[in-house]
Amino acid sequence: MAKYSKFAAVGLLLAFPLLVSSDYYRHIMILALMWVVIGSSWNLLAGYTGQISFGHAIFFGVGAYSAGLCTTKLGISAWWGMLIGGPMAMLFGFVLGAICFRLRGTYFNLATLALAEILRLVAKSWVSLTEGMMGILTIQTFRSKVPYYYLAFGIAALCVFAIWAIIRSKWGYYFVAIREDQDAAEHLGISAFRYKSISLLVSSFFTGVAGAFYMNYMGFIDPDVVFSLYYISIMAILVAIIGGAGMIWGPPVGAFIMVLLQELFRSAFFGYLPKWISEAHAMAFGILVIVVIRFMANGVVGDWVKLSGLFTRQKAPIPSVTSGN
Amino acid sequence: MHFFEVRRLTKAFGGLIAVNDLTFQVEEGEIYGLIGPNGSGKTTVFNLITGFYPITSGAVLFRGKQLNGIPTWKVCKEGVGRTFQIVKPLRRMTVLENVMTSAFCRTSNTHVARDKALEVLHFCEMDKKIDFPAKGLTIGDRKRMEIARALATAPKLLLLDETMAGLTPQEQYEGVELIKKIRKSGITIIIVEHIMHVIMNLCDRILCINYGQEIVKGSPSEVANNQAVIEAYLGKE
Repeated sequence: MAKYSKFAAVGLLLAFPLLVSSDYYRHIMILALMWVVIGSSWNLLAGYTGQISFGHAIFFGVGAYSAGLCTTKLGISAWWGMLIGGPMAMLFGFVLGAICFRLRGTYFNLATLALAEILRLVAKSWVSLTEGMMGILTIQTFRSKVPYYYLAFGIAALCVFAIWAIIRSKWGYYFVAIREDQDAAEHLGISAFRYKSISLLVSSFFTGVAGAFYMNYMGFIDPDVVFSLYYISIMAILVAIIGGAGMIWGPPVGAFIMVLLQELFRSAFFGYLPKWISEAHAMAFGILVIVVIRFMANGVVGDWVKLSGLFTRQKAPIPSVTSGN
Repeated sequence: MHFFEVRRLTKAFGGLIAVNDLTFQVEEGEIYGLIGPNGSGKTTVFNLITGFYPITSGAVLFRGKQLNGIPTWKVCKEGVGRTFQIVKPLRRMTVLENVMTSAFCRTSNTHVARDKALEVLHFCEMDKKIDFPAKGLTIGDRKRMEIARALATAPKLLLLDETMAGLTPQEQYEGVELIKKIRKSGITIIIVEHIMHVIMNLCDRILCINYGQEIVKGSPSEVANNQAVIEAYLGKE
């Protein structure tokens, strides 16, 4: 049943631009697919490897600016950013990991937060390179949303598949071992430093690609958007936690929920609610996180049985103490 | 050249000398016992051997190669496996996944790792528990899984840190049988243990330490009858 529903979901996503011609809904779906990539990347590093990043905007912004600078500084198409953005984000990930992953505790978490803010301020101030707050404006290649939709779908599919494959390999076992107990992992022949770095590199790569895609798709970036703590770094965490961290299908589900919620608030529930409600979205997300962590610590995907029980009035089965039943 | 050798090993935590000038040798195929009262530095010795703590002075030599100064994960690759006194299961993994993780020490192929893990779990008689989540295991099974996990890294030297503590008499008996089986398979063992009948049953030679210093070395009966050992455990008359 669950197996078929996944195929159905993928089929529906593939057919979506054919079924819905509204650019508005297509736009929301493109953003959701982009967030599948960022959320899944964050999940690989934090959900599986246990290294919580408060600054995934680092990699998103670096990817986006790599693409933008291709046009403004190199005079080549911003599409080259799709190739350069990932490796550039990896470079930042590599340096960050090399410095922080030899230490334990919260150093990495705080460093991600700090580096994202530093990069935002650098991008704001280094006007000769980045145009500062003017941002970078390019001309979009396609007027139709359909090519962007399928590109976003392709990147999302590739990202989820790559992470799925990694989790089933030696790397995946090592990542989870580090998350569960780093001391035990070291004694089992696992270089925690090396494998935390690998996890960070994969995560930063896909987030960088997503950033480069964003530049190409939106045609405009500025430091306060792509290096944003709230709109990117926190959103990445929300997507993964709402959907279910440490689960392959958690962030993809979380991405659609969060993008939809964000849009509902931004548009004041399509104008049905008073306008001030759109100002309250940060508070609403905060309440949502509290509710999810309190009642569904495994996210929508992880606690699906519990969640669907609310609507069907069936109680979630109480796990048996005596057997695996 | 000895199979395994600790030379004048010293570890100071600030002003506290936890291990003081300790020297011993272990020969291939032996079960070597390390005993001493609580807080005498037994686990610290293990942590120094595996490179988990950097040593203050001295040397650890394994098959002629110096182990001190290389990181813990490389010590494991060299062929030194260990279990923990306070067990460290990978809680949100199943028993099989726990053991597979360590089997990846010698291979990158998932199927090979899985086969190796199943083989080791069979050897440790845990076949029926392979799909249990590690966090739900009893203390006896956790300790046994730790042994299985250490074995799956294909060690030549196995460090067992109080694998019998907290077990029922029946589990202790089974544990002794398992350790004998491990020795038979060609693995050299250093064992830290408090339960005297286990130590006396298993060990070829014993080193007793207190305050990080050697009290006496010798055969189990020599150590058990040594006046200094009795005083270290029970105090002077």
